[in-house]
Amino acid sequence: MSGPADAFARAPLLLSVLHRPAGAAGLAVLALVGLAALSAGLLSPGDPLDMVALPFLWPGTDWAHPLGTDMLGRDLAAGLLHGARVSLLVGIVAAVIALGIGVGAGALAGFYRGRLDAVLMRATELFQTIPPFLFALAIVAVLQPSLTTITLAIGVTAWPSLARIVRAEVLALRDGEMVQAAVAIGASDARILLLHVLPNVLGPVLVSASILVATAILTESSLAFLGLGDPNVVSWGGMVGAGREVLRTDWYVAALPGLAIVAVVLGLNLLGDALNDALDPRRMRR
Amino acid sequence: MIRTPAGRLFWARRLAQMVLVVLSIGTVNFLLLHLAPGDAAQVLAGESGSASPEYLAALRRQFGLDRPFPVQFGHYILRLVTFDLGFSHRQGLPVATLILDRLPATLLLMSASIGLAVLLGGALGFLAARRAGGLADALISGLALLFYATPVFWVGLMLTVVFAVWLDWFPVGGMRAIGATSGPGAILDIAHHLVLPPTTLGLFYMATYTRLMRASVLDVQDRDFVRTARAKGLADGRIAWRHVLRNATLPIVTTVGVQVGSILGGAVLVETVFSWPGLGRLAFEALFQRDLNLLLGILFLSSILVGVANLAVDLAYARLDPRIGLQG
Repeated sequence: MSGPADAFARAPLLLSVLHRPAGAAGLAVLALVGLAALSAGLLSPGDPLDMVALPFLWPGTDWAHPLGTDMLGRDLAAGLLHGARVSLLVGIVAAVIALGIGVGAGALAGFYRGRLDAVLMRATELFQTIPPFLFALAIVAVLQPSLTTITLAIGVTAWPSLARIVRAEVLALRDGEMVQAAVAIGASDARILLLHVLPNVLGPVLVSASILVATAILTESSLAFLGLGDPNVVSWGGMVGAGREVLRTDWYVAALPGLAIVAVVLGLNLLGDALNDALDPRRMRR
Repeated sequence: MIRTPAGRLFWARRLAQMVLVVLSIGTVNFLLLHLAPGDAAQVLAGESGSASPEYLAALRRQFGLDRPFPVQFGHYILRLVTFDLGFSHRQGLPVATLILDRLPATLLLMSASIGLAVLLGGALGFLAARRAGGLADALISGLALLFYATPVFWVGLMLTVVFAVWLDWFPVGGMRAIGATSGPGAILDIAHHLVLPPTTLGLFYMATYTRLMRASVLDVQDRDFVRTARAKGLADGRIAWRHVLRNATLPIVTTVGVQVGSILGGAVLVETVFSWPGLGRLAFEALFQRDLNLLLGILFLSSILVGVANLAVDLAYARLDPRIGLQG
């Protein structure tokens, strides 16, 4: 048996990821953002949507508000800290939904093949034909924007490519000696799927998961930018959208939250790259 | 290619797939219309609020909304198949007319963006792979990583600040200047407007293609046929051009096909940032005016557009790589 399982046995995955510059940098950025999300209530108590100072305070002019304030006198640093919560929450939960659907559909299609495979793959193709962002946008517009509807809409539109990856992996494992041996000793389908097949698909799924979270965060911020954010919470994309109105004179209002989005997504992509390399040692030589 | 049995099978299966797609998206739209708060007649009236009870009753009759659910569904699908997408009361025009009116601008934006992304991404990825491990590779790969993580709408805003506000090289938005003439001047005018929007949309996908091209060139240049070409004494440049590049381009073609839907989504954002008068801008207006029927019409037509684009990619693929026949 070669592949991901070996990598797990050889070195703990986390260590292997940390040894790569991309992995270390990605994890560092994500840890920082996670810390910001956790400490938002502590570092800037109160509602980040409240007016706390004069409007249009440029960054660095008043150390009580290090990143300045926007056109309504809202503290930008507080917005960024609280926005980290929304981005991470929506990104992670939406990715979990997409993982559930994608791994479920892909594993069942690859394992049982035949008619079930045909039906599931037609559904996957269909979902790949509907432009995912427009689809999510329509769902949120119809159901009214809230954290729940936004997360759901992103989750149910993001899974198709994962389903294809998982299906291909399961198809390859299905006829392998390991699964044949399990069948020979009379293991049930559920047991084979859960104990023998899925653990060996974990590698590609982990890599996809980090990319899925990154894409979900980008989608959430894009929806919020178009005005489809939860009106009760502060979101980075929504902050950029608000800053757009004063772009000509006070461009920092739109620029700063955008940088936060870039940092998180970059961190997740770096982590995904490092995971990919760590799980596939053949790529090491490059 | 419709003359061979394989070709006939290909077109038959593709046609069946297309019908399935139309039916399924019709179902999705129908469900969404009924999920919206208020009843479908109010949604169809554009939630104008000012719609009189008589008007709503007329709408209900017209769309059969007072009939049982399955009958309604049948009606809806029948209207979709005949391309009757309803009427936008907000804009005062049929939805199909509105969409077809805006389609060319979006197609122009998308083809310019894809062209830019493929050419630039392909060239950069190729360069990075040839200098793998060197400074140029590190620089290009770093840049690709950065653009891959940057939200499209934010890139648009920052490019606007620098190139339209500070430097004043390009217009802030729109597709043509007010009072622009026709003839060659008009083409130049559109070209002038067509710099920032495709750059914004193209940079993200350029990053994807750079990474893809780099990986696939590295993969191809170790293959046996490249070694053979080298052994028979072919010049380096000729090997790169004829043997490596042609084979390494295939994954990019595949990816462009897969990403058409995603690029269309990006176009919504870019058109909103740059007031580009296309489908995306129309979707944003529909969103703003809560004209859900128009929004769902755009979703329907975009999906068909993706289906057609995928078909085109399959045909291009068969032409690029003779080993691959047409498959349903």
